[in-house]
Amino acid sequence: MIRTALTALLSHWRRHPMQLAMLLLGLALATALWSGVQAINAEARAAYDRAATILGQDRLDRLEPASGTSLTTADFAALRQAGWPVSPVLEGRTVTGLRVLGVEPLTLPRDAATAGLPGLSSDRLTDFLRGRIALVAAETLARPEVAAALEGVAATAAPDLPPMTILADIGLAERLLDRPGEISAFLIDPSRPLPGPVPIGLTLQAPAADDGLARLTGSFHLNLTAFGVLAFAVGLFIVHAAIGLAFEQRRGVMRTLRALGVPAWTLAALVMAELLALALIAGLIGVGLGYALAAALLPDVAATLGGLYGAAVPGTLELRPGWTLAGLAMAAGGTLAAGAQGIWQLMRLPPLASAAPQAWAAATATTRRWQALAGLALLLATVLALVAGTGLWTGFAVLAGLLLGAALILPAALAAGLAAVAKRAKGVLAQWFWADARHQIPGLSLALMALLLALAANVGVGTMVASFRATFTGWLDQRLASELYLTAGSPAEAAALRAWITPRVDAVLPIVFAEVPLSGQPGEVFGVADHATYRDHWPLLSALPDVWDLLARGEAALINEQLARRAGLDLGMILDLPGGPLPVAGVYSDYGNPAPQVMLGFDTFTRRFPDVEVTRFALRLPSADAESFATRIRQEFALPDTALIDQAGIKAFSLKVFERTFAVTGALNVLTLGVAATAILTSLLTLADRRLPQLAPVWAMGLTRRRLALLDLARTLVLALGTAVLALPLGLALAWVLLAVVNVEAFGWRLPMKAFPGDWLKLAVTALVAALGAGLIPALRLMRRQPAELMRVFANER
Amino acid sequence: MVLTVEGVSKHYETADGQVQVLSGVSLTLAPGESLALTGESGSGKSTLLHLSAGLDTADAGQIVIGGTSLSRLDDAGRAALRRVRIGLVFQHYNLIPSLNAGANLAFQARLAGRHDPDWAAYLADALGLASLLHRYPEQLSGGQQQRVAIGRALAVRPDLILADEPTGNLDEATGDTVLALMLSLVAEAKAALLMVTHSERLAARLDRRLHLAGGRILS
Repeated sequence: MIRTALTALLSHWRRHPMQLAMLLLGLALATALWSGVQAINAEARAAYDRAATILGQDRLDRLEPASGTSLTTADFAALRQAGWPVSPVLEGRTVTGLRVLGVEPLTLPRDAATAGLPGLSSDRLTDFLRGRIALVAAETLARPEVAAALEGVAATAAPDLPPMTILADIGLAERLLDRPGEISAFLIDPSRPLPGPVPIGLTLQAPAADDGLARLTGSFHLNLTAFGVLAFAVGLFIVHAAIGLAFEQRRGVMRTLRALGVPAWTLAALVMAELLALALIAGLIGVGLGYALAAALLPDVAATLGGLYGAAVPGTLELRPGWTLAGLAMAAGGTLAAGAQGIWQLMRLPPLASAAPQAWAAATATTRRWQALAGLALLLATVLALVAGTGLWTGFAVLAGLLLGAALILPAALAAGLAAVAKRAKGVLAQWFWADARHQIPGLSLALMALLLALAANVGVGTMVASFRATFTGWLDQRLASELYLTAGSPAEAAALRAWITPRVDAVLPIVFAEVPLSGQPGEVFGVADHATYRDHWPLLSALPDVWDLLARGEAALINEQLARRAGLDLGMILDLPGGPLPVAGVYSDYGNPAPQVMLGFDTFTRRFPDVEVTRFALRLPSADAESFATRIRQEFALPDTALIDQAGIKAFSLKVFERTFAVTGALNVLTLGVAATAILTSLLTLADRRLPQLAPVWAMGLTRRRLALLDLARTLVLALGTAVLALPLGLALAWVLLAVVNVEAFGWRLPMKAFPGDWLKLAVTALVAALGAGLIPALRLMRRQPAELMRVFANER
Repeated sequence: MVLTVEGVSKHYETADGQVQVLSGVSLTLAPGESLALTGESGSGKSTLLHLSAGLDTADAGQIVIGGTSLSRLDDAGRAALRRVRIGLVFQHYNLIPSLNAGANLAFQARLAGRHDPDWAAYLADALGLASLLHRYPEQLSGGQQQRVAIGRALAVRPDLILADEPTGNLDEATGDTVLALMLSLVAEAKAALLMVTHSERLAARLDRRLHLAGGRILS
């Protein structure tokens, strides 16, 4: 019985291959976008985990210097003599951005061992101790930066190391970082007892579950996941439409099977098994497409994470079981969710039910009204959540509420709009055109909802990115006011450079900084000179009237927006800092940096952080002379290119990081729009046969197939345009939520929202192009319909 | 003559091969005349009706409507002729679901630019539809829908009305009423009527009758 019933059910797909293709395509695309995003997230998280476990950071206590001081080999010797089971570590970055970890293998605790590190009995230990070999992450072994940094040193692959990281003997690390005699921290061997209390000037740090990267980048990955969910939801519209139609068209077969003795639950189980099998096929295709998508997007994401957070993520992708299985599970879950209504109805199908189509997607006016009321209620709840809630999840809940609420309102809004236009229509064709367009809404509503979501996401993210770009470029101009930025290799070189440069330029402004925990997070304190460069240009969001005088006199500090928001600090409030608290005199914008930051006057800084050497300078000179002067300094001091960067170079780099940051969201946006266009195409193709009885009489009364096809295409365009008109306010609302809620929670900064009417026109064109792409094939098919097909309408009951 | 059909043949390709539906069929229809076309299922009645309406083209022979040969017209020309000079009534009414009864009734006349509100109102009244014009097809009974379809065909004041089993979906009493209405209004409009029917009883109520069998006219 089961085999016979299944054969009858499956024969539907053989007779409707296009419907089957659309179902598989919709599900595969939805799964692909979701899996692609998850694959990227999984790859990044794996990289963070590797970074977190390196040298046993997740298991070992550390002794670190108190804020603003540094450790030396003398400290190491003193601690060892006092019986402290410590091993020194030197940690830093080369000018090319490579992370260098220097260890002392003879005292390194066993828990800190990394695969590939030579054992004490190994012959290679001597080479390692002498700095002849260094360990490098396998995937970055061949990178030119690594080869350049390790000139004369044999690089050996170490699978446990994160990308762009070099593990070397501490002596070699000192050379690579040009920090002779320095130590960053001491690792404590847990197998041996501690001789006494922590010495003065040192702090005992408990092992961290992560090195802060996972936390810092969490918002970025959450944003990506939100996009993945949105794309998946848009894809499910296609699946829902295709499954709904399949249920409707097979209603007769199902009724017959029930009448012939197949129990309702058997039929439901068969349909469920059929759907799961289809989900598995589509899911596998989707996971494959997702892998390709992630592989294409990962280099941009890796560059973003590197530029924004300093996180090293490999640009290559691994097929991981986690996201692969999750993708398949999403495909299966999504399919069952899309088919749940049909299966529920099937369970309750009486054997004598009518086989007449029940207009599978035909929402009556009453249904539409209730749907719209539910949408309005949801929007109201969203506004309440916005007023009452806080946190990133509230932001995403508001985004979801806005999208779902607007989607529910869409059919009623379109119907009302078309009814209003129809009332004003004069000619008979115009009246029919508008009335028929209204008549199409129930059948196309799911696809139009998908288009609404995709377009609104496009406007929202587009407005956010464009607002960000406009603000960011202006901000860069303010922030990077100096013509040249110089980084010396050592304090001695810095002194020589300063002496040579000072008489040749308008001003040499030292830049010093120290890494200090601020408001419970890793942060930075900068020291800046009292100069017009800062007084005239610095991007202050709010400040006391005499802010620069207060800063110069060491009576106040400036803080970045991130710190102000996270710590709830405002002008005049007191900020805890190493060396004593200071009031806040100003808050400045600091886009592109997720970490808290404080600015002090130069003298105040050097008093509080006496060990910090001055190796960086901003140079002021006529901008026309900057290039030639840079060439002169390079020649005079044989400086590498990276030591001297001009303003334009930094701006170009910053803008490049910025563009890459949004390249991923841009790509996902376009793909989501593509999925929505596919949803319309699916609906139009599956509705094409249902349309014939509506179009054939008009053809019989004297309208050519060509004209009917053009009108049908125009109808699709009108519906898409109507959807775009509604997507605009929704998209702007999304942009506001992204800028004022999500970004503030995720990154700590709020950007002014700007309007870009040119982009709105682009949105209308995009909607029309998507609709044209989707409507063209059904229109051509209608145009080429044989008269016999149309005439059959008059002979057969439909 | 309103309609002249001369030696018309038509075949269709099917999965089982070629099926000859009409073979050398000829007939004429004068103004004001009504002709019943009877025959078994598959005898070619509907095909002949569709060819006469210019919905499809014949393989051989010619069809002339009011002096215009359909074979000389392209798709757009045939559509224009249908719009202005032919009224079609189908067994399943085929009303436009997105328009109400009033708009459906006036639809073809307005398409043809021949809408006469008084004539449309008269037809609605005569067909008993005056109080139903605001309703949509799904809100009408089968008999009411068929009356709207008849009104639609007559509203354009066509030279020729082609009706394909117009009462086939109605019960006998309703069918009789609808046919009586159609015949009186056709006479009033001075149009010619070609009606396909299975029913000998209904065929007997028309001026003439032809019987099709195997794609040929027997009588």
